[in-house]
Amino acid sequence: MSETTTATAPAGGTPQVSHISEAVIRIAGNSQDGIQAIGGFLARLAGRSEQEVMTFMTIPSTISGGPSIFQVRIGSGEVLSAGDEADMLLCFYQHSYENHLGSLKAGGIVLYDSDHVTEIKPENLQKYRHIGLPISSLVVEAIGGTGRDKGKNVYSLGLIAKMFNLDVTKLHRLLSERFAGKDPKVAETAIAAFNGGYSHTLATAAELFKFKPGENVGLNQIVMGGNEALAYGLIAAGVRFGAGYPITPWSDIMELLRKELPKYGGSFMQTEDEIAAVSMAIGASWGGRVAVTGSSGPGISLKTEAIGWAVMAEIPLVVVDVQRGGPSTGMPTNVEQSDLNIACFGGHGDSPRVVIAPSSVEDCFYTAIEAVNIARKYSTPVIILTDQGIASRIEAFPMPNLEKICQDISPDLTPVADHKPYDLAATDGITRHLAPGTRVASGKYPVVTGLEHDELGHPTGSPKLHVQMTAKRRNKLKKLGADLPTPEVFGPPEGQVLLVSWGSSKGPVQEAVKQARAAGDAVSALHIKYINPLPNGLEKIFEAFSHVLVVELNDEGFYGYGQLGAVLRARYCDPKIRGLTKVDGLTWKIREILDRVKAMTK
Amino acid sequence: MTALSFPSETLTRTGNLNLAPVPALADADRKGLTKKEVAADHPTWCPGCGDFSVLALYFKLIEKRKMHHEKITTVAGIGCSSRFPYFVQAHGAHFIHGRALPFASGVSLSRPDLHVFVFGGDGDAFSIGGNHFSHTARKNVKLTYCVMDNWVYGLTKNQTSPTSPLGYKSKTDSWGSGDRPINPMKQAIAAGATFVARTTHTNPNHVLQMMEAAMDHNGFSFIECLSECVEFYPGAFDGANPRKGGQFPEVPKDHDVTDEYAAYKLSEELMPGKFGIIYKVNRPTKNENEAKIVATNREKFAALPDWQILQKNFDRMK
Repeated sequence: MSETTTATAPAGGTPQVSHISEAVIRIAGNSQDGIQAIGGFLARLAGRSEQEVMTFMTIPSTISGGPSIFQVRIGSGEVLSAGDEADMLLCFYQHSYENHLGSLKAGGIVLYDSDHVTEIKPENLQKYRHIGLPISSLVVEAIGGTGRDKGKNVYSLGLIAKMFNLDVTKLHRLLSERFAGKDPKVAETAIAAFNGGYSHTLATAAELFKFKPGENVGLNQIVMGGNEALAYGLIAAGVRFGAGYPITPWSDIMELLRKELPKYGGSFMQTEDEIAAVSMAIGASWGGRVAVTGSSGPGISLKTEAIGWAVMAEIPLVVVDVQRGGPSTGMPTNVEQSDLNIACFGGHGDSPRVVIAPSSVEDCFYTAIEAVNIARKYSTPVIILTDQGIASRIEAFPMPNLEKICQDISPDLTPVADHKPYDLAATDGITRHLAPGTRVASGKYPVVTGLEHDELGHPTGSPKLHVQMTAKRRNKLKKLGADLPTPEVFGPPEGQVLLVSWGSSKGPVQEAVKQARAAGDAVSALHIKYINPLPNGLEKIFEAFSHVLVVELNDEGFYGYGQLGAVLRARYCDPKIRGLTKVDGLTWKIREILDRVKAMTK
Repeated sequence: MTALSFPSETLTRTGNLNLAPVPALADADRKGLTKKEVAADHPTWCPGCGDFSVLALYFKLIEKRKMHHEKITTVAGIGCSSRFPYFVQAHGAHFIHGRALPFASGVSLSRPDLHVFVFGGDGDAFSIGGNHFSHTARKNVKLTYCVMDNWVYGLTKNQTSPTSPLGYKSKTDSWGSGDRPINPMKQAIAAGATFVARTTHTNPNHVLQMMEAAMDHNGFSFIECLSECVEFYPGAFDGANPRKGGQFPEVPKDHDVTDEYAAYKLSEELMPGKFGIIYKVNRPTKNENEAKIVATNREKFAALPDWQILQKNFDRMK
């Protein structure tokens, strides 16, 4: 809670009100307590209040129950990460209290349900401000005996609203919208539970808070999660067919597409397995309109053979990989960036393909559109390498101009005189297929194939053709690499340390740069979105720094580099490039990055 | 705000050949295709291979039914018989081993205007692709699947296949196969296929009859066509070839093709077994079910451009 200023003097036992520019609130309970819902309401309220917001959540990979947290950071200015330490912790159980007290900053507020949290160590009372309320009993008082477990979260939202002086009118509206269409009693009970919490005097709190007005004034913001943004981006891009198999955390995307695509005349198929999903999507792509498949971890391994076919046959395709902790079943609900290698190199043979990694929820929306357009333009599979860190977090971002962005990518079935799909003399060297249904007046029809082929797609064992076709598949993507914009350095373009990030690490790395520079260290950052092929010009950027540290959530491997680090080492042969990695399944804390930078550059 | 590096653009169809659009032809002005117009590469099969006759009858089907080149899609996986698409002058796809059915389903479900024919062998269909066979059948995706069953792996030169009979000596079972072979008819019926037929390459008229009936069936139509591998399993189907002293017993005239138990019973014997349509029922296709979902959803939105449908969702997320 930076820049705290006391506005109102304490008067007659009522807590004083401090004005704050941001706050990190962590809610800890069990997975069935509906704490994600509270986090969601807070995030959407921030979006509607012209503030920035970022959330972080953990869910257990057990089938039902288990500890769960939701952390939300609301800022009147820029928010780059979900925050290292919480300003306030709301905990429902003894275990939530014990496990998460450490995430609270010294002097922070812990609001706990005294019906369940009964043991408080005296030394904790010294370090944190404790507010104990019998939340479970109070909920029963507010809304009656039944369904109290459901009311606990909304009651707590009321308490948070009171503590942070949140806009009650907007929250009432959000609650009514959320429960609209259901039994009106449900919405009434929710409002009653909320009002119960909000009307609590919080007399034992020494201080209440009020956010300064948001800086994103006049911005029409929307609030959603990364997986949602990615799925809607695909729809905006004109994708109307997809196929998938359920796996965490990819499933959200397929569920959303399954539900939404029919509104646009499209459909999404749940298939018998991962291989069927990728095969079906490729079949539909060949049918003339770029289709999508996706998965996480193990599912991507299963899809690699078919992706290799799409590389060979030069079929446009979008593959979403929502990375999670690996290898094998790994840590299904944790974050990791360890699929870069399989995305770039997975599969047998030389099979160049495109890999792009979005860095935020907003970027998920736009990256999906870019992926579709690259797939179409270069007739190639494009892998969107997102991760659990973005997939499940909620952010507010400016409303996209949908009228301008939405595109129609229906196939062109106009008859042509003649056609060679794998034309070696094509001016831009790029294959473009005719969708089936297109009449070719010459009567010579193309075949798409995974066998090495001649220009019409017929099999060949010719050494010369294999050399030419391999070069063709490689060169079209080299051309894409040359067309990519060189990324811009965040901070001054020269200095001591350059932190290189990709994917969801962008925000924390940039926040680390801000803090380091505030402390007088010459640290800058470079974010790489286009992973494969890489954009040109990175070596020039690296030249201006003494250390290039590649920050990624994966293992340092045999030789001390993470997966992007190894690619950059291979590409630039620059001994300055080193890996700054971790695999604890959690997103980066700013402190962690700064400490590691200090240790590595001593 | 994120700027798009790759905004939408109108893509041209590349090539050094004449891709200039040509005028569309009215159906009335188009003649049926001749065999010469439908044949592409000369098949790479061994002389005497049963697959030649299946190919010839596919050509005949196209001729007889006056299909147009561009409306035919020929899809296959991997195997000797899966080379099929190269030999047909039509939009073709030679996909990976065992996955022809999901690929073809993607075509069928996204392009209802096309005829989708899938060709493959017993290994492709029942071994590596076994899962897809069951699920494509139960989902009743509209396409025709013709499995040229030769009871052996031919392309990889004589290994045991899922339909090799007990005792068959192959390079992977030099002492004779010990695994109970799959019964393709029973497998198809149990999986929920809505059209199940059996034929053999030595009876061309019958093959064509089955192909026509399969093509006219609204749903997943499956034909098992015995197709001899003269190289590795010569004489496998002599028992079903009257010219070699065998028999060609057709499905009895009084067989009720909608009776699942009767169909199952009829499929008991593997050689010579029965030939003809064993099972045929009408059940809504996956294509129809999806189209219905789309139609219901479109009712509310049909009048809106796509971006406004999306805008409605986004407005709710403010």
